[in-house]
Amino acid sequence: MDTTFYVAAVIAILATVMVVTRLNAVHALLYLIVSLLSVAIVFYTLGAPFIAALEVIVYAGAIMILFVFVVMMLNLGPHTTKPEGIWLKPRMLVGPCILSAILIAEVACLLSQAGNARQGAVFVSPKEVGLALFGPYLIGVELASMLLLGALVGAYHLGRRKRERMETRDVVDSDAARNATGGDIVRSGTGGPSRAA
Amino acid sequence: MLLAGILFALGLVGLLARRNLIFILMSIEVMLNAAGLAFVVAGSRWQESDGQVMFIFILTTAAAEVAVGLALLLQLYHRYKSLDADAASLMRG
Repeated sequence: MDTTFYVAAVIAILATVMVVTRLNAVHALLYLIVSLLSVAIVFYTLGAPFIAALEVIVYAGAIMILFVFVVMMLNLGPHTTKPEGIWLKPRMLVGPCILSAILIAEVACLLSQAGNARQGAVFVSPKEVGLALFGPYLIGVELASMLLLGALVGAYHLGRRKRERMETRDVVDSDAARNATGGDIVRSGTGGPSRAA
Repeated sequence: MLLAGILFALGLVGLLARRNLIFILMSIEVMLNAAGLAFVVAGSRWQESDGQVMFIFILTTAAAEVAVGLALLLQLYHRYKSLDADAASLMRG
């Protein structure tokens, strides 16, 4: 148990250093996922398997998917086909693959000895966590739900304003086109690329 | 606890050193993760489940923060792209 903890800790620190020092956002995301997975293994060795599962599902699953989506959205455009060729070099994938392979070996090692008694770590079961969460921390759960609702509305609002501004820009553009063509908006519209698409 | 401290320090260094908004958000993620790790370590040290409850709250906070932060990032990116293409490609925050 101790060796797995230390190996996972070293992997976490290495991956985090790589996250901070990478120049490319996609490489940093790969290392960040490796770091989160190793921290999940640290949680497992600390006797918190429920938190380890949550870490993998929510952090490495949902939040990293958000990051990946945004990185891919920011890189839209024809000028990014050349950098993509550079990103997809297999050399760049070696580091995260090695670290993840060590993590997978650790998970296999842990699973093989899962039947044995856990030594060295205090096991806190998910049942205790749930009882504490919905017992004395009930108001915290409500506050968390309100926070998530606020984040949802805020993110939607921030994403929506851009679209409204684009619509006003379209209106201004069509006004300018109407002025330029003397009201013959249909013919000017068929000439250019359709902005409604 | 030492691991949590090291991870938090790394996240702080990343937050201060990088000027790319995506990296700043990722560093904030690392720091929140380190704080949650400290909570879980303390909870397992004193055999309490409060630490894990706190980690769940930190997870919620991180999810909300990332959603709003990434929406802001997209907004900034589109605004800078309309002003200056170089500022947009560098995403100087």
